[in-house]
Amino acid sequence: MERNLIDSQIKGVSTGTTILAVTFNGGVIIGSDSRASIGGYYVSSKTINKLIQVHDRIFCCIAGSLADAQAVTKAAKFQISFHSIQMESPPLVKAAASVLKELCYNNKEELQAGFITAGWDRKKGPQVYTVALGGMLLSQPFTIGGSGSTYIYGYADAKYKPDMSKEECLQFATNALALAMGRDNVSGGVAHLVVITEEGVEHIVIPGDKLPKFHDE
Amino acid sequence: MALSNVVETPASGFNFENVCRNVALEGLLQGGQTKAPKPMKTGTTIAGVLCKNGVVLGADTRATSGEVVADKMCAKIHYISPNIYCCGAGTAADTEKTTDLLSSNLTIFSMNSGRNPRVVMAVNILQDMLFRYRGQIGASLILGGVDCTGNHLYKVGPYGSIDNVPYLAMGSGDLAALGILEDRFKANMEMEEAKELVRDAIHSGIMSDLGSGNNIDICVITKQGVDYIRPYQESEYKDKRQRRYKYRPGTTSILTEKIVPLELEVVQETVQRMDTA
Repeated sequence: MERNLIDSQIKGVSTGTTILAVTFNGGVIIGSDSRASIGGYYVSSKTINKLIQVHDRIFCCIAGSLADAQAVTKAAKFQISFHSIQMESPPLVKAAASVLKELCYNNKEELQAGFITAGWDRKKGPQVYTVALGGMLLSQPFTIGGSGSTYIYGYADAKYKPDMSKEECLQFATNALALAMGRDNVSGGVAHLVVITEEGVEHIVIPGDKLPKFHDE
Repeated sequence: MALSNVVETPASGFNFENVCRNVALEGLLQGGQTKAPKPMKTGTTIAGVLCKNGVVLGADTRATSGEVVADKMCAKIHYISPNIYCCGAGTAADTEKTTDLLSSNLTIFSMNSGRNPRVVMAVNILQDMLFRYRGQIGASLILGGVDCTGNHLYKVGPYGSIDNVPYLAMGSGDLAALGILEDRFKANMEMEEAKELVRDAIHSGIMSDLGSGNNIDICVITKQGVDYIRPYQESEYKDKRQRRYKYRPGTTSILTEKIVPLELEVVQETVQRMDTA
């Protein structure tokens, strides 16, 4: 498949994407769309999985080059698992995020992938960390990422409240994803949401036609 | 730790020895006048479909080198293991070698561990290898197989991205084939229906894409075994040769014969005893 990659920074398949993670009272919700594209004009997959489970209560979502992101999360999964066995206890979310950060920072020349790590651990409860392209690690109560996130910064800033309930948080995340997928051409497909709490992990999939509709749709 | 992966981890970084050699060769060939031959690409249509009892893979059989059809009966469905087959699009040499390496690796693994290889293992090995080469290996692969965990169909991109899908098409004719697949694919199809669907998808690729053509190969993998039908359908545009192009011995008459014995001197003789105990 020899096509010109016009104006595409990322070679090969990219997840031009919308990803987000939001903490609520007792847990964290991590969500993404499901579109993978090539060059901004061809959807190479409508059902790609961008929510990767790196440990029992820790998920990370990927943005950027699909190949780079999958390779990094593979290596990270192994390292986190190994760390957990050595420590004989579940890893902290910060540890998982740091593993990703080390991989991204040390290979920043070759890699083009960003991550949002979210999860629950016994020490600090629900947390969200961003690992940006160059390897910056930042902890925030909620965060949005990917190409589609630019369209929902206003919505997210206006509508986020600390200590939401699970239902409120689900509504917030679903609306945010729907709005971003509605405006960004390289985000779309279905909305994947994962709710992580002390009790466990719940995976929710919302097909495109069941997403909330806003005016003029 | 039992070594399940016998491919040696190469030295880190890229190995560009062959690139340097090629540049040097090009320079040597008549002072840089001759260019190295263009790599043979399989401008291709390949497709795969998951059905109720297994996996159906299909491919066309044209291999092109620039604007010329280099091979009219190229085999694009490669053997990986008795239960896993792989269709390859992209640079012919790359797909050939990558799948050969994978196949050897998995065979040794089976012998070492006493287990049949799983499709996910093949996919992971491919992903690691292709990612390491940062897209320089131009191989887009469709991996299909049946193992103890079920029927699987995976797409592996040249940069090392993977996707697990129920149906897919790749190669230069993929958009045409995908049109057919998107329209008629249903989950849990019967085997015959799936074979027809794949045949139609490849046919569509052949008709609409210049880089695909000639015959259609189909490979059906089920728990019971593999049915590699080559060709499943022959091209209706086959050419009949006007005459025979084989010449009888004696067509060219021998005018003179001169025999020159080569005198070789034995310089050194060593005898090494082979221990067959």
